[in-house]
This record gives sequence, C-alpha cells and structure tokens, in this order.
Amino acid sequence: MKELSLYLGCLIPNRYPGIEKATKLVLERLGIKWSELKEASCCPAPGVFRSFDQTTWLTLASRNIVLGEEKNTDILTICNGCFSTLKDANNILKNDISIRAQVNDHLKKIDIKYQGTIEIRHIIEFLDKEIGTKKINQLIERPLELRVAVHYGCHLLKPTKERKLGGAEYPVFFDRLVEATGAISVPYEGKNSCCGAGGGVRSAMLETSLKMTEYKLQRMKKAGVDCIVEACPFCHLQYDSGQVELAKAGKVFEIPVIHYSQLLGMALGYSFEEVGLHLNATRNLEFESKVARIQKRDASIK
Amino acid sequence: MKNSDILTCFQCGACTGSCPSGRYTSLNVRRIIKDSIKKDISDQMDLWMCTTCYNCQERCPRGIKVTDAILSLRAEAVKKGHILQAHRSVCKFLLETGHAVPIDDIHIKIREKIGLSEPETVRKYPKALNDVKTLLESTGFNELIK
Repeated sequence: MKELSLYLGCLIPNRYPGIEKATKLVLERLGIKWSELKEASCCPAPGVFRSFDQTTWLTLASRNIVLGEEKNTDILTICNGCFSTLKDANNILKNDISIRAQVNDHLKKIDIKYQGTIEIRHIIEFLDKEIGTKKINQLIERPLELRVAVHYGCHLLKPTKERKLGGAEYPVFFDRLVEATGAISVPYEGKNSCCGAGGGVRSAMLETSLKMTEYKLQRMKKAGVDCIVEACPFCHLQYDSGQVELAKAGKVFEIPVIHYSQLLGMALGYSFEEVGLHLNATRNLEFESKVARIQKRDASIK
Repeated sequence: MKNSDILTCFQCGACTGSCPSGRYTSLNVRRIIKDSIKKDISDQMDLWMCTTCYNCQERCPRGIKVTDAILSLRAEAVKKGHILQAHRSVCKFLLETGHAVPIDDIHIKIREKIGLSEPETVRKYPKALNDVKTLLESTGFNELIK
C-alpha cells in the first residue's frame, strides 16, 4: 500500500476547517503516513459539474489525481462528494482508453499526463480495512458512550457496483467504526435515506432539500439519539446549517452534527474545541456538558 | 436520448418508490425515463430535483443506470442553455477560484484561530490556478456556461 496524500476539497478547508484539523490530529495519532496534496482544486463536485459536462468533470478530476500520481501516493478523501468524483473518474480513466486519450489531450496543455497508477480512498473505508476496529478500540482514551445516528451518505456506498464496499441497504462498516470509539450506533427509520443536499438541490432549491433533511431529523429524534455522525462535509453542512434554517420555521431539533474524524478525535483524548466542534452552527449545551462530564471524569481517573 | 439502456425499462416504478426527493416534489423518475425516450424534456425543472442519491439505480430490476441517465439528460439540458441561476454561480466560482465553494474572510480568520494556516489548495498557488483555468478553457466549460 502506498502512503497517503490528504485531499481537502472545498467545504472542509473553506467552511468546516475543524474537520481538517481533527483529521490531521487523528492521522498523526494513528501513526498513518500522510502529507498534504498541495495545489489541488475542487474535485470537481459531482452534483453540478458531472451533470453539466462529463469531459470537464473528468479533466479537472484527472488533474487532481495526477497530483497524487506525481508523488506516488494514494489519495485520501474525507468527503463523500470528493470520493465519488475522484474514484469514479479514476475508474473511468483506468478502463476506457479512448476517454483517457481525450482527457490527456487536454492535460497536455499544462504538461501533465494521467497514468492510472494510484487508488482513491475514503477515510471510513480506509480506517475499516487498513487499521481495523480492534486497533482503533485499543487506542481509545475516552469512550464517549454517546447514542449516535450514523449517516453513511449516499456517495460513500453508491453506486455499489463502482464502490465495491458491499450492499447499500444494510451496510455495517461505518457503524462498527463508530462503536469502536465507545459510542452506540442507534438504529433509526430511513437511515440510508439522503440528507437532501446532493445533486445541486441544496444550492438551487433550498426548501426542497430541507424537506428531506427534516424527514431524517424527525426520525433521528424519535430514536432518541445524542448526535449525528457522518463522513462528508456536505452532509455535515446540510444537517448543521439546515437545522438553523429549519429552526427559523419553528422546527427545532438541536442535534449536534459530528464528522467521524471529530468523534474519533474526541475519543482519542482531544477536546470538543480541539476537534473544532465549537465551530458548528447548531449547538446543544446539554450535549456539550455531557461530553465535558465524560472527558473530565476520564481525566480524573487518569 | 441516446441511451439504449433505458429502452429496457418496463415502467415498474421501483425508481419512483425509492426516490427521497419524489416524496416531496414533482420529480417522478419513472415518468422521466418514459418521456425521455419519446421527446425532448430538456426544459423540465424536475431533472434538477434529483439529489443523485442512486437509490433508483441500485433498485432497478432491469439494472438500468437510472441516475446516470438523469445526469446525461441534465447535460443535454445544459447544452440547450437550461441552467439554473444558482448553478451558474457555482460554475463561475469554479472558473474564477478553482473551488465550487471558495474561502471567505470569516473562514480565513477561523482557520487562524484554530491554528491552521492558509489551505494548501489551488488558492495558494497562482500557477496551479492558472492550470485549472487553462483546462476549463480547453474543455470549453467557460463557453458552456456563458
């Protein structure tokens, strides 16, 4: 297995830098060899750009992949959208010689060439396959004992024929990673339903996208969860900002939204602020004092 | 539409029944597939209500790449100039900054506060941004969204 280049995308560095910080802390603590993928652009996002023009989407994606190829590293994504674009583009370019030639004609103008020598990884499947829940569990310093609504997000799993991470109806690998931190993955109705953000729907039809978000939040609330854990900054944004937008219409949920890097970071001993959770738009003081109590208790035991 | 795959559709409706957007909107995937075989549906707003969640594609008993078909229909619509204003803005951000969601002053300050320097992305490297712009011009993307 190659070393990893961390690909940031847009939303994480530019809207939720706490997730970037938490991811870097976690990679260090787990002893994973990584470096930044410098000079990368937008993946580009699958919803709008893949819809608009396949050649543009593939060409820009291939430039990002080549940045990894030049370092001879695999690319680690921490966003389902980036994973979807880079992995699908990599598959298409590896397997279709004529499309690859077409893309390389464009890349020639900036003196680079796509070779097809690296893999695209997503932090969840990477941790599950390469590190494993057993090792993660052994490293946990503060089991958080939270009741978690796990949200896989569509593009981590689907299309299943491309992702090859198992079925999309009853997936388990993300749940077991969450439970490795000492949390409980709580079943809830509509667990595999979309957050509502993708496909350019959030940007062009906010109200429609929020109806799908509300559907999810209602069912999470009914299941009595403490928080949502996802692995995609677009789902994170949709749940986090979405709850502020829904609250304006009198629909109040106050369910904290946590990227897996942030949950794992806290379980490894970093504070709520160190993993950037104080930067969320949706705050829940009851939840925050519960986390503080757990962290204080564990600190006093040590 | 030139996707012969969708001709095998037998209109069972598994796609529509699985659609999280169709629960609340006029998006009816079964009808889109049916109509797209017979006529030009480029101007239908419904095409843009799909979140590309892939439920329909996963559950199609005929194995039709339903979501991919919707993406192709969108591309045809875009070629004919049917672009929503919000999407045009996102495209312009990409053309100007290399990011669909560029950083702003608030988030530069937030990064500083939590001990992160400027992101190591295309934004920090003018030559890299220039490369992105060259590629977007080469594929004709700037012309497409004009």
